[in-house]
Amino acid sequence: MTAILEAAGLGKRYGRRWALRDCTLAIPAGRVVGLVGPNGAGKTTLLSLAIGLLTPTAGSISVLGGRPGGPSQMARAGFVAQDTPLYRRLRVGDHLRAGAWLNPRWDAERAWQRIEQVGLDPRQRAGSLSGGQQAQLALTMALAKRPELLLMDEPVASLDPLARREFLQGLMEAVAEHGTSVVLSSHLIADIERVCDYLIVLTGSRIRVAGEVSELLAEHHQLSGPRRDPDTLPAGQEVITESHTDRQSTLLIRTSAAVLDPAWTVRPVSMEDLVLAYMSRADDAPSARTALGVIS
Amino acid sequence: MIRFSLLQFRGQAITALAALLVAALVLVVTGAHLDYLFDVSGLAACHSAAGCPALAGQLLEKVRGYSPFQLLYWAGLYLVYVVPALVGTFWGAPLIAREIEAGTFRVAWTQSVSRTRWLVVKLALGGLASMAAAGLLSLMVTWWASRVDPLDPFGMNRLQPAMFGARGIVPIGYAAFAFALGVTAGMLIRNTVPAMAVTLVAFTAVEGAVIAWIRLHLIRPVHAVMPLNLATVQDVGNNVGAPASNGLFVSAPVAEPSGWVYSSQVLNAGGHTSLGPEPHACSSGGPWQSCLTALGKLHLRQAVTYQPTSHYWPLQWAETSLFLALAMLLAGFCFAWTRRRLTG
Amino acid sequence: MIEFQLDETSGVATYLQLVQQVHQALRMGLLRPGDQLPTAQQVVAKLAINPNTVLKAYRDLERDGLVRARPGRGTFVTGSLTGDPAVQTRFLATMTDWLRAARAAGLGLDDIEAIYRTALRDSFSEGVA
Repeated sequence: MTAILEAAGLGKRYGRRWALRDCTLAIPAGRVVGLVGPNGAGKTTLLSLAIGLLTPTAGSISVLGGRPGGPSQMARAGFVAQDTPLYRRLRVGDHLRAGAWLNPRWDAERAWQRIEQVGLDPRQRAGSLSGGQQAQLALTMALAKRPELLLMDEPVASLDPLARREFLQGLMEAVAEHGTSVVLSSHLIADIERVCDYLIVLTGSRIRVAGEVSELLAEHHQLSGPRRDPDTLPAGQEVITESHTDRQSTLLIRTSAAVLDPAWTVRPVSMEDLVLAYMSRADDAPSARTALGVIS
Repeated sequence: MIRFSLLQFRGQAITALAALLVAALVLVVTGAHLDYLFDVSGLAACHSAAGCPALAGQLLEKVRGYSPFQLLYWAGLYLVYVVPALVGTFWGAPLIAREIEAGTFRVAWTQSVSRTRWLVVKLALGGLASMAAAGLLSLMVTWWASRVDPLDPFGMNRLQPAMFGARGIVPIGYAAFAFALGVTAGMLIRNTVPAMAVTLVAFTAVEGAVIAWIRLHLIRPVHAVMPLNLATVQDVGNNVGAPASNGLFVSAPVAEPSGWVYSSQVLNAGGHTSLGPEPHACSSGGPWQSCLTALGKLHLRQAVTYQPTSHYWPLQWAETSLFLALAMLLAGFCFAWTRRRLTG
Repeated sequence: MIEFQLDETSGVATYLQLVQQVHQALRMGLLRPGDQLPTAQQVVAKLAINPNTVLKAYRDLERDGLVRARPGRGTFVTGSLTGDPAVQTRFLATMTDWLRAARAAGLGLDDIEAIYRTALRDSFSEGVA
């Protein structure tokens, strides 16, 4: 399977501050990618670079085999920005008509069907829709473009739980039906856990970990046992976080081999634990091993 | 993209059309009456207003007596000046700034249309609409005032600075420039209201600068030297601080009825500015006529620098082209900026 | 048609929950050979989970010979899971004894449930480390 998004040393600087730095990725197609991190970590910057709204200061990024913002990429990639901006004075129907005018691959039938399914009134102005309805309209516009890749920046952050659930239902249904690849940023780990099968953790403008969820969960373990200096661990076991009392040590490690030392009690790690561990790692820690390579 | 642009422009277009319609109605109704007054005045038989001053004076009286006339005349004048500033402020400034403020540029620029194409269409549509609005208004007002303007109702003629920009095709150039200026301001400032303020100020400054300095040099004025017309002499005396042998001072303002006078100067028979001594007939306090007779013997001349009426349309075209060129420059700058530098 | 539920708090992987629910339905007779399982699209439209999770569950079931995927038509039940009644009765008896002893030792419903969940989770994810 080819990579749908590739970045090498990608960076974006504003004045003296790097919003994103040393970003290297190879995301395979057909995944729902969760981009997790605290606010200000660089998630919006990465997504904006991927859709061509920003140009890199350093490194390179290619999407769908080409430069983001190129004509082929713009037709095949969709974007839903944070807080789902819409034209407040235009009606729902106007938005759909505009989509048809502006996109050669527009699927009008799919768009109108979805609007009806979600219960939106075409004559209503976008500014008077509820938050959940606006998100659904923005999602409809992105999906009707028939994108191969859909980039979404915190689309559900300001929605109530029901609206959030409905949004994700609609999104997953579209993914199941059309095989769209999705990159979805969020700071709500529960949502990511539910829908994503590829994870990227981004904090302090750098990628801390990136890979298939199943493999990450298989490779990370929580070890607890008698007090132990982490430097004495065998090579190949990378310590992500550690905590010690005078008698006991608890470590979260990453290893591709089995943990054979009987002194340890080994427990699996949930996605939430994993994300929190990487997010709490010191800021000056080097960027962790990133993608495990292109998966076939 | 064109249809989308029209969709977004819908509201502004309706406002403009409604305003133009109201203006048209008012001007048509009152203009018909002005036409009637002209027809019954008998001036049609004369070559020009200068040929039949009595009839012209009568018509002017009647027109002034027509009550809406003064109000509409001045309103029309101000409106034609104001409309370009309005389109720049209300159509130009929000074009990009509004999209950035509302975040909708993240929708507009992630469809399958390139940023350049988006800007080309929006600039073209808005620019053409601006030019059309200003042009239509100017056309209507110029037509309405066409019977009256040649009579110099308020001592202004169409070449003079106050009125030049309120008639003809120049407002089209103003509007195109104001629109492009507004778009540029909005693009650089990224906030609608400050951009609107800056547009208004900058447009007024540029237009003021053109009126005050640049228009003078757009087309070469005519330099004419002619015999001094004694009937226009207003004042004779001695220049302060000049020796009595060479201090003659004559003031004779030139009134070129339908031209625009830059400057005039009284010269002696040889064409020099020093006129010689003041004639005794003038300094002695005797009758004015003998002073004039004495002046006549000096064969004084007058040099005038002015734009004659025949330069009206060339000047209109020149100034319109200037503003259109400025508009194009600004548009080009906008393209370069949005393509490379404008980031989200 | 079977309708899947998701228990987010159980700590059991989502795809496993789906597999278990199919097993359960088969045992209870709610699913019989020839019945169609909901499409991945239908499942995710309700549960808002990743479609690959559903496909993985269905692949597991197919590997165990319980269902068969027919391209373009859907996934259909082919096997059945009636367990050996004797084995079930034996384990039911063991469990009943254990429960009696636990309650005699003073364990309440919550304690027993906690023990049950921990043992279950450890047992089913033990192969990972």
